[in-house]
Amino acid sequence: MKEFLEGSRAIAEIVKRCRPGVISAYPITPQTHIVEDLAQFVADGALKCEFVNVESEHSAASVVLGGVAAGVRSYTATSSQGLFYMMEVLFNIAGMRLPLVLTCANRAISAPINIWNDQQDSISLRDSGWVQMYAEDIQEASDFHMLAYKLTEDASIMLPVMVCMDGFILTHGIETVDMPRQEEVDKFLPPYRPLYKLDTADPVSMGILADPDYYMETRFAIQETMKKVLEKIPVLTQDFSKAFGRAYNGLVEGYRIDDAEKVIVALGSVCGTIKEVVDELRSKGKKVGLLKITTFRPFPAQKVQEALKDIPKVAVLDRALSLGSYAPVAAEVKAAFFGKKKGPKVISSFIAGLGGRDITKDSIREVFSLLTAKEVSCEFIDLKPELLKEKYE
Amino acid sequence: MKEIRIHARAGQGAITTAALLGSVYFLKGMYPYAFPHFGAARMGAPMNAFVRVDSKPVRLRSQIYEPDYVIVVDATLMRGFNCFSGLRDNGVAIVNQKEGMEMPKLKPRQKAFVVPANDIAMKTIGRPLGNTALLGAYAAATGEIEMEDLFKAIKERFQGKAEQGNIDAARQGFEFVKNQSKEKR
Repeated sequence: MKEFLEGSRAIAEIVKRCRPGVISAYPITPQTHIVEDLAQFVADGALKCEFVNVESEHSAASVVLGGVAAGVRSYTATSSQGLFYMMEVLFNIAGMRLPLVLTCANRAISAPINIWNDQQDSISLRDSGWVQMYAEDIQEASDFHMLAYKLTEDASIMLPVMVCMDGFILTHGIETVDMPRQEEVDKFLPPYRPLYKLDTADPVSMGILADPDYYMETRFAIQETMKKVLEKIPVLTQDFSKAFGRAYNGLVEGYRIDDAEKVIVALGSVCGTIKEVVDELRSKGKKVGLLKITTFRPFPAQKVQEALKDIPKVAVLDRALSLGSYAPVAAEVKAAFFGKKKGPKVISSFIAGLGGRDITKDSIREVFSLLTAKEVSCEFIDLKPELLKEKYE
Repeated sequence: MKEIRIHARAGQGAITTAALLGSVYFLKGMYPYAFPHFGAARMGAPMNAFVRVDSKPVRLRSQIYEPDYVIVVDATLMRGFNCFSGLRDNGVAIVNQKEGMEMPKLKPRQKAFVVPANDIAMKTIGRPLGNTALLGAYAAATGEIEMEDLFKAIKERFQGKAEQGNIDAARQGFEFVKNQSKEKR
C-alpha cells in the first residue's frame, strides 16, 4: 500500500516485516529514528523480538553477531563514528560467514565533527567482506532490506549485507513509499534456516584461530563468494520483481546512456538530482546520461564496462575520499577499463557533497561542463575559496 | 513542481509542518518530498524544512533556493536574515506575526500574509505552536490545498484534544487570511 513515510520509518516498518529475532543498536544521528521506531514496535508487542540495549556500537555489533551465530535473524543500524566503532566486529561477522543486515545511515566522519551526509563511513568499510548496496530513494532503501536478507541467508552466499542510505536526505526525508503486506514479505522471505549455529545440544566453535596453514583459504573463499554475489543479485531482483512488481537491476542502472557522450557515475540519492539535470540537458540536445552503481561491494566491474564502453567521456562523482590517492569510486571505474581495448577516452573524477554540502542542479551542471578532453582527478565541486585563505593566527 | 520553504527554530515543529503539508499533497494523489535541514543540532537553532511536490515522484534532492511559497514560523529569524531570499516573482509568503517584526520589501507580484498564528494557537491548542494555523493560512493564501484534506492530515497525526485544537487552529488561520483578502477588495 502506498504511504507517505519518513525514510527511517519505512526502514523500521520493513525490518519489522522481515521478522528479526534479535535487534541491538546504539543511537547515533541520523540513524536514530530507525532504531527508536523498532524499539517502540518491540515495546508495543507489534514485533516479537529481543531488543538489546547496549552502551556502544561495539557491543551492538557483538550482540547481533551472537544472535545470528545462535541461528536467529538479526538486525542493527548505525552511522559514521558508530560504524567505525563496530569495525572490528563487522570484519568478524563477515569472516565467520554470518548472515546479517545492517543499515548505514550515511554520515560524514570526524574530525571536525559533522552530523550531515556524505558516504565516507560505509565507503571506508569497503574491504570488510560486507556486501554494500546504495539506495537512490526511500522505496529502494526499503526494498533493498528484503533483498539483503534474501541474499545474506542464501546458503551459497552467507556474507553480511550493508544497506546504505544517505543520512537526512533519505533517513529524514518523507515521501511516497509502497509498503508490502506482511504475507507478501513472508512469502518472499521465509524464516531463516541456519546451516550452522551455536547450539548446546550440538556444540560447534566459531571464529576460532586459523594459523598460516588455514587462514588464507578463508579469505579466498570470501573473495570467490563475492563473485557469486554478482550472479545472485540479478536473480534475486527478478524474483523480487515477480513478487512486488518493482524492477531493479540491483548492480548498476543506466539512465539515458545509450547514445550519450558524457556520463556521470554516482551512488545513492544524488542519482535523482543527476537524472533531473540529465533530462534538462537532453531537452536542450545535449547527449548526457547517468550510470548509477547500486552494488558497490562486490564491485560490478563487468557491468560497468558494458555500460560505459562506448561513452567518450565519463565523470565519477564521489561523496568520499581516499585521502592522498584517487577517489574511491573513481579508482574502481578506472581500474575496470585498464588494458581494455574499448572504453572512455576520459575518466575524470569529482568530489562533491562532503559533510552535507548541498549538491544542487548547478553542482551537477558544473560537473558536466568540467568534463572535457582534459582529464581531471579529485576535482572538488562547490569549494569556497574564501575559506581556504583563512590563516591560523 | 512546487517548492515550499519553511523557516523556524529547531523545536518549533517545522518538520511536523512540512510532514503535514506533505500529507495533504499525498492525499491529493501527488508526490511530495518533505525534508529538514538542520543547522547546529540543538533546540532554538535556525533550521529549515522543505516540501517539494509534483505530479510524478520527486527526484531532485537539493535544498530549496527559489521557493514558490515561504512559511516563516518564527519572525525573529527575519532579523538580519532574508527569509524571502529567492522567492519567486509571483511567490507567496505566510509569516507568523511577531511584535516589532519588520517585513522585507516585496516585488510587485509577490504577496505576504502576516498571521497571528501563535495567538490562534494559544486560544485553540493552549501552546504557542502556530504551525497548523499557518497551514490553514497557506490553504487560503495559495489555493493549493483543500481544508478537508488538511483536516484529514491533522486527524491522522493528532489524537484527542490536540486533534480538535489543531483543526480549530487551521480553520482560524484559513479564515484570517480569507477575511483579510476580502477587506483588501
